[in-house]
Amino acid sequence: MVRRIAGLLRAHLGRLLVAVSASVATELAALALMGTAAWLLARAAEQPPLAALSLAIVGVRAFATGRGVFRYAERLASHDAALRALATLRGRVYDALVPLAPSGLPAYRSSDLLSRMVSDVEAVQDLVVRVLVPVSTAVVVAGVAVGFSALVLPSAAVVLAAGLALAGLVVPLLMVAAARRTARRLAPARAELAAHHTDLLQGSADLAVFGATATALDEAERASERLARLERRTALTTALGGAAAMLVQGVTTVAVTVLALGARADGGLAGVMVPVVALVALIAFEPVLPLVPAVQRLLEARSALRRVLAVLDTPPPVAEPGDGALPAPSGPVSVALRGVSVRYPGATIDAVDGVDLSLTPGRRVAVVGASGSGKSTLLACLMRFIEPSAGTVLLNGADARRYDGDDVRAVITGVTQDAHLFHTSIRENLRVARPSASDDDLLAALQTARLRDWVESLPAGLDTMVGESGGQVSGGQRQRLALARALLADPPVVLLDEPTEGLDPRTADDLMTDLLASTRGRTTVVVTHRLAGLDAVDEIVVMDAGRVVQRGTHAELVAVDGPYQDLWWASRPALASE
Amino acid sequence: MDLPAPRRGRIGGVLLNRLARRLLAGLPAFRVITLAFTLLAVAAAVAILVQAELLARLLADGVLDGPSAGSVAGLLALLAGVFAVRAGLSWAQQALAQRAAASAKASLRRQVLRRTQELGPGWLSGQHTGGLTTTLGRGLDALDPWFTGYFPQLFLAAVIPLAVLVRIAAADLASAVIILVTLPLIPIFGVLVGMSTKRATERQWRALERLGGHFLDVVAGLPTLRAFGRAKAQAEQVRRIADEHRSATMRTLRIAFLSALVLELVATLSVALVAVPIGLRTLNGGMGLETALLVLLLAPEAYLPLRALGSQFHASTEGLAVAERCFTVVDADGGPAARVAAAEVDAVPDAAAGIRFENVTVRYPGRDEAALDDVSLAIAPGERVALVGPSGAGKSTLVNVLLGLVTPTSGRVLAGGADVASAEAESWRRQLAWVPQRPHLFARTVAENIRLGRPDATDDEVVRAATLAHADEFVARLPRGYETPLGERGAGLSAGQRQRIALARAFLRDAPLLLLDEPTAGLDAGSEAVVVEATARLMAGRTVLVVAHRPAMVLDAGRVVTLDHGRIAGPARAEVG
Ligand SMILES: Nc1ncnc2c1ncn2[C@@H]1O[C@H](COP(=O)(O)OP(=O)(O)OP(=O)(O)O)[C@@H](O)[C@H]1O
Ligand SMILES: Nc1ncnc2c1ncn2[C@@H]1O[C@H](COP(=O)(O)OP(=O)(O)OP(=O)(O)O)[C@@H](O)[C@H]1O
Ligand SMILES: [Mg+2]
Ligand SMILES: [Mg+2]
Repeated sequence: MVRRIAGLLRAHLGRLLVAVSASVATELAALALMGTAAWLLARAAEQPPLAALSLAIVGVRAFATGRGVFRYAERLASHDAALRALATLRGRVYDALVPLAPSGLPAYRSSDLLSRMVSDVEAVQDLVVRVLVPVSTAVVVAGVAVGFSALVLPSAAVVLAAGLALAGLVVPLLMVAAARRTARRLAPARAELAAHHTDLLQGSADLAVFGATATALDEAERASERLARLERRTALTTALGGAAAMLVQGVTTVAVTVLALGARADGGLAGVMVPVVALVALIAFEPVLPLVPAVQRLLEARSALRRVLAVLDTPPPVAEPGDGALPAPSGPVSVALRGVSVRYPGATIDAVDGVDLSLTPGRRVAVVGASGSGKSTLLACLMRFIEPSAGTVLLNGADARRYDGDDVRAVITGVTQDAHLFHTSIRENLRVARPSASDDDLLAALQTARLRDWVESLPAGLDTMVGESGGQVSGGQRQRLALARALLADPPVVLLDEPTEGLDPRTADDLMTDLLASTRGRTTVVVTHRLAGLDAVDEIVVMDAGRVVQRGTHAELVAVDGPYQDLWWASRPALASE
Repeated sequence: MDLPAPRRGRIGGVLLNRLARRLLAGLPAFRVITLAFTLLAVAAAVAILVQAELLARLLADGVLDGPSAGSVAGLLALLAGVFAVRAGLSWAQQALAQRAAASAKASLRRQVLRRTQELGPGWLSGQHTGGLTTTLGRGLDALDPWFTGYFPQLFLAAVIPLAVLVRIAAADLASAVIILVTLPLIPIFGVLVGMSTKRATERQWRALERLGGHFLDVVAGLPTLRAFGRAKAQAEQVRRIADEHRSATMRTLRIAFLSALVLELVATLSVALVAVPIGLRTLNGGMGLETALLVLLLAPEAYLPLRALGSQFHASTEGLAVAERCFTVVDADGGPAARVAAAEVDAVPDAAAGIRFENVTVRYPGRDEAALDDVSLAIAPGERVALVGPSGAGKSTLVNVLLGLVTPTSGRVLAGGADVASAEAESWRRQLAWVPQRPHLFARTVAENIRLGRPDATDDEVVRAATLAHADEFVARLPRGYETPLGERGAGLSAGQRQRIALARAFLRDAPLLLLDEPTAGLDAGSEAVVVEATARLMAGRTVLVVAHRPAMVLDAGRVVTLDHGRIAGPARAEVG
């Protein structure tokens, strides 16, 4: 982990070096300021000629100004480096998620990912600003202070060194022991709270109507309390550690003063140096005191960064071929499934079981079958969203695994069942499929999806916002927007997963007819529960429990006893309406 | 929001603006905390004075006389004691402030969450869930520095400079005058530099909120983005927003650091102004070393609390921006709660007594056409009504009005003579079971999802409801049956299976009024037949409103109502049969 964080920070090494040196300079200036000022006064009390003091007077001014300026420089440089590293890391978290979708994503809750993306990554900032810079500063400044004391009064140096070690090492280490467990639980507790919040925000309607809002609010409140308890415990430990370090500072200062007074009495130390030694001891603690919160942050940052790295390290469910990838398929695309099976992780049965399918260019296939029979899984397999557990998908004769996933989806794509509408305008949602599309292209696609009139009737037209997850349009409108988007993508092989679901029968049938007409000559796989219009496809595949149980044309299948005929009968009321 | 009187005048509107005072109003033990902070500040001031006194005496003696350590043992012990007291005070202050922060955060979080639930799905659909979640989590954490830093520092800044000034005046009036003249420079410069922070911090916070909102939306849509090869292009967008946040943060930090620099330089120069004459007077014997040391040690302490106040202010502006954002949610208009308060809560509507829509109109913001246009409709007790009509006709809107999820722009809905909007939402909804058009499944077990509306239902009842919804069969085949945890939004199930879980949920609810919004969406004809049959059995003795595109459902209804463009198109001849 250390190595990877170091790798992340290496890009900002220059800024970090500036930050650390400026920070060291700040604290040294503070130390020198106090030492010189004390010396100045003490010396002045001996009433020497003014000239004897002038250098020190200049020094005081220079150190005083320098301290402020150095601190300013340190803060700018350290925050700049930290924030840059933070932004980079955020980008990487997103990059790492891309190959996980869709089948690898459920391993995380999106609220959990959100809190990794928003809060946990900030650990890298804390690591720089509150750990790396303060710790290196403390080490250098403590060394200088002890070294200086050693020159002036060795016994004081020993005491000071002991005091600094106590406040800067022992107290923080004790805190580590006390706070480790709590710190590790903080980030997961934040994620848990976020999960309650997204549940309440996304499921508010279901919760409200089913009278479960109060319970859900209570649960969120309890999660909030659990987090608060952890935070309180952490804060109290830190405050206690801080108080302990302050106490060590006081006791050390007193002890150094005692030694200085003793040395002065023995004649081992000049009178003017008594306050210098004492105050240097006092100030030497200033950069060491922040080490207490620093270790606390380090503990929290470590567990938070672990969570971030866990995302970065999640293996993608579908392996990419990497450098040996075949060039993107071109020309007419033909696809074939050979004994393809899919088993979801943790499942005891195959969701798709030994399916053969041949999609020569222009061939149109309908997949029907009971809910849960594996239709959508089959499409996911074609889009290389899922790795088959057995069998192969052939694309232009080559194993699809040898193509880059994005290249496969450039030729095989369409409407998935869980198509998402983004919280933006209709235009931007459609353009996801083709960023270069003109408004005319968009309207043409909307026309095919039977949505053009509606969009044109809206005051904001294509700029109408669709709301969170498409919550501000009706169910059927949402469905058709997703369909229009897929039509806009216009791939050589179109996959349509229940394109007319949620539409009234007349619109659905008209739309299906249009779709089948407009996709004539284009390789098409359509999954549907409505059997109307299926006489237009080349082949109907009937699935049950993952297996293909029947295949043939509509005419062939209705003619024989079997699942298709059953479906046909079961959906007769639907057909009666036509 | 009425605040206890003593707070207003004394602390003043500058240091604690309205926002801050509202934050504090949420604290249960505000008076205790104020008192405690005041006492702590006084104690801290005393400790600072005593410490400087002791140090000055010791060091001066050390320079001049060289006493043995033994002869000043008392002073040394006292000094150690003062250090201990200061350590203790700092601990107490932190502990107290942390407690205040935790309770203020919890209270704000609670208020916002409750308000979002009152405002309901209509309002939420216009919000970014990820943004709100970010505000409620990471955002509220940004309030910590305000409570543990700025707020206690206010008390220190009010007490310590004054105490130090008085002590210095007693020791050396000339120095005190210099300090008195220069001290106000700190707040003046602080305010000058700080003025530009508010807008910058708001921008910074908005950037992070946008990052959260965008991220959650993009993660949910990642499969879609990948399907169209846009996932990598989105990475740039994510990076851009992350970078916007970085530069916005850097902008506020630059202001904060600049302010700290200016204040530090002002303080340093002021201390130098004090120190130089002291040095000269010590030099020509006009001032004793002990007094000189005392003034030198105390002078920075006069400036420090005000300087610290400045930096604490900057450290806590983000938290204030978040608090402001939270209060905009708390204060947001609309939602059924407003209606409940407005109308007198008298009769509880009775779902079993029939329902009447009276001239109900619903206009969504930003839409020309009304989603429901002067709809009047009566549903008799025990009647089964099928609502049909083209997509976008307003069917779901009508159901949502009945559920109280959408507030009519005009008109009302009566149930048994009482306005459903005036009833306490909960007592009305207890009489309803609902299958939404897009059910939300939670990342819990299958059983917990089914139990949503009846947490106390027995296992048998759950299985029975699932069987009616034709779900038992596939649930039994899941790796852990009813105890199988689902992913978010029901991930791990097929679309039709998710729909059947939602059906089971409604069947288990066992309420007198059934509202079904396309209950068989996504089901194959076989499953649909089972569900239709089960629903028909369940309908006995209940009032049912079913939105149906699928004819199978419509056929079972006693009456078919057709909606088109928000209007009822006459008592339709069933489009079916
Ligand atoms: N992510 C997943 N993890 C585990 N099992 C899954 C997952 N997605 C689907 N399944 C299971 O795989 C089987 C096939 O699901 P699939 O979504 O392919 O069905 P379908 O035929 O499309 O059904 P529907 O008509 O309801 O959409 C189902 O039993 C389902 O429970
Ligand atoms: N929250 C909202 N904000 C703005 N407009 C909305 C909102 N919800 C729905 N609408 C619009 O109101 C109209 C009616 O929507 P509603 O969901 O009631 O239709 P519906 O009859 O249920 O259609 P479908 O059969 O497609 O589900 C639609 O044009 C829709 O775009
Ligand atoms: Mg499916
Ligand atoms: Mg609807």
